[in-house]
Amino acid sequence: MAKTSDLDVGYVSKLARLNLSDEETQLFQKQLADVLQYAEKLREVDVSHVEAAAHAVPMFNVFREDKPRDWFTAEEALANAPQKANQLFIVTKVVE
Amino acid sequence: MSQSDLPALTVADLQSRLRRKEVSPREVIESLRARIEKVEPKIDAYLSIDFEAALKEADTADVDLPLGGVPIAIKDIINVKGQPCTCGSKILANYRSPYDATVIQKLRAAGAIPLGKTNMDEFAMGSSTENSSVKVSRNPWDLSRVPGGSSGGSAAAVAADAAFAALGTDTGGSIRQPASLSGLVGLKPSYGRVSRFGVTAFASSLDQVGPLTKTVRDSALIMNAMAGRDPQDSTSLPDPVPDYTKNLGRDLKGIRLGVPKEYRVEGIDPQVSSAVNSAIKQLESLGAEIVDVSLPNTDYGIAAYYFLATAEASANLARFDGVRYGYRAKNPKDLLDHYGRTREEGFGAEVKRRIILGTYVLSSGYYDAYYVRAQKVRVLIRQDFVKAFEKVDAIISPTSPEPAFKLGERTADPLAMYLADIFTNTGNLAGICGISVPCGFAKVNGSQLPIGLQILGKALDEARIFQIAHAYEQSTDWHKARPTL
Repeated sequence: MAKTSDLDVGYVSKLARLNLSDEETQLFQKQLADVLQYAEKLREVDVSHVEAAAHAVPMFNVFREDKPRDWFTAEEALANAPQKANQLFIVTKVVE
Repeated sequence: MSQSDLPALTVADLQSRLRRKEVSPREVIESLRARIEKVEPKIDAYLSIDFEAALKEADTADVDLPLGGVPIAIKDIINVKGQPCTCGSKILANYRSPYDATVIQKLRAAGAIPLGKTNMDEFAMGSSTENSSVKVSRNPWDLSRVPGGSSGGSAAAVAADAAFAALGTDTGGSIRQPASLSGLVGLKPSYGRVSRFGVTAFASSLDQVGPLTKTVRDSALIMNAMAGRDPQDSTSLPDPVPDYTKNLGRDLKGIRLGVPKEYRVEGIDPQVSSAVNSAIKQLESLGAEIVDVSLPNTDYGIAAYYFLATAEASANLARFDGVRYGYRAKNPKDLLDHYGRTREEGFGAEVKRRIILGTYVLSSGYYDAYYVRAQKVRVLIRQDFVKAFEKVDAIISPTSPEPAFKLGERTADPLAMYLADIFTNTGNLAGICGISVPCGFAKVNGSQLPIGLQILGKALDEARIFQIAHAYEQSTDWHKARPTL
């Protein structure tokens, strides 16, 4: 397991697309170091014979019939849009 | 019975009065409105309430349905068509649900009327409801204390008779812990028993919707309406739904209850220990056999939980990008600025902290060391339960290591807040079911603070834990006590 001091909150916040103030960055750096320190105990566990599981209840190949049904109208889908026009979402410019 | 006494009724009593036409659905809503107006300024349980919509539904309610005419409060993370669904977050402050979650459709089909959206820790992250971006809810038993969390608004509302019952969600204890701290019955169903469609995701492999109620019977009645396979949620289980009331009233002869030695840890409030020990003796006197069991990986639960829950949360909350719905930062200079500031301005501190931790444990170089290792520990925790359930029908523990704590007491120390979940979050990791029932009171500085007993059952064995919880509840008077407000 990695050392807890490896956590660089400033770098991770960029990965997460989440700006943080300097105060938040410093505070989280300390608080999460405590959490990671506490979690060091996971290192004690012998997991060499265990296969990882993403769910407690393994379910596989769950299908439903592929047929059209009624769902949102364009108006409903756009009802919560921060900005919209002509039945479209207005988004921040992506291409220069 | 006068109208002002109605809100104190259980769901079962209310429904039979409605069915016998002793009271009309409209009168029920009106009486609840009067109660809410009286106590809400003290407890701040609700984020929004639409009485007009509820009255309209009341006028066409079919009281012959199992929950016909019964209003139920809904945690503000579950979509109810036309109502706000803020998840306690600024980022969804202006959001209105364009659809009903499956659980709401099912409750409506059973005749219930969704009424009021309850306060919660932002995106269900917390154990006190203090992480709500809107307001702090207070415990009806002592207004200077938290009602628990994250479903704290639901708990405060039901405990104060400002709701007959409420829905919550439980990812690491968020139904059971507030039920315990507020003197209620709280059920976390087995993973996959209740549809998550229309419930804003926090940690998809752990989240479940469940009821907070005044009695075990009410919990079973709501589960009868809510459980079952949903084609819209591929993780919902196809197993048939039993009648959850069928075991109520059966005695406990032949029932084996496990007491895990790992749960006798330091830091449990002595009044909580003593109440739970008395409850174990009471269960024994009702015919149950008490058996020592071992859950050797218990001590790793919190650490594994916080890696998995934050990893899943960081992925789930990526959808809050200010594009299709929710808050958007003003005048972004480019797309990165748009994302970075939208999320900075929209999310509160605890949500940010968990996104950072979750992103870190999933990031290149740390994924195997943290995330995959936690998944493996999760398997070991599940195996502990499988092994224990070979010997016993259910496992008994405190729900929370302590009664309700003071507002503001824990907010500066996230780790201390995380430890509130030590008895509950292994149940989510293992996917099993668990219920909290009132088992006594702690006397703290002149206040009476409720204590909860947790009964954990095998996956899909809800009917069994209802039986045990009901037998215990009916042999005590704890559930009859109400706070004075």
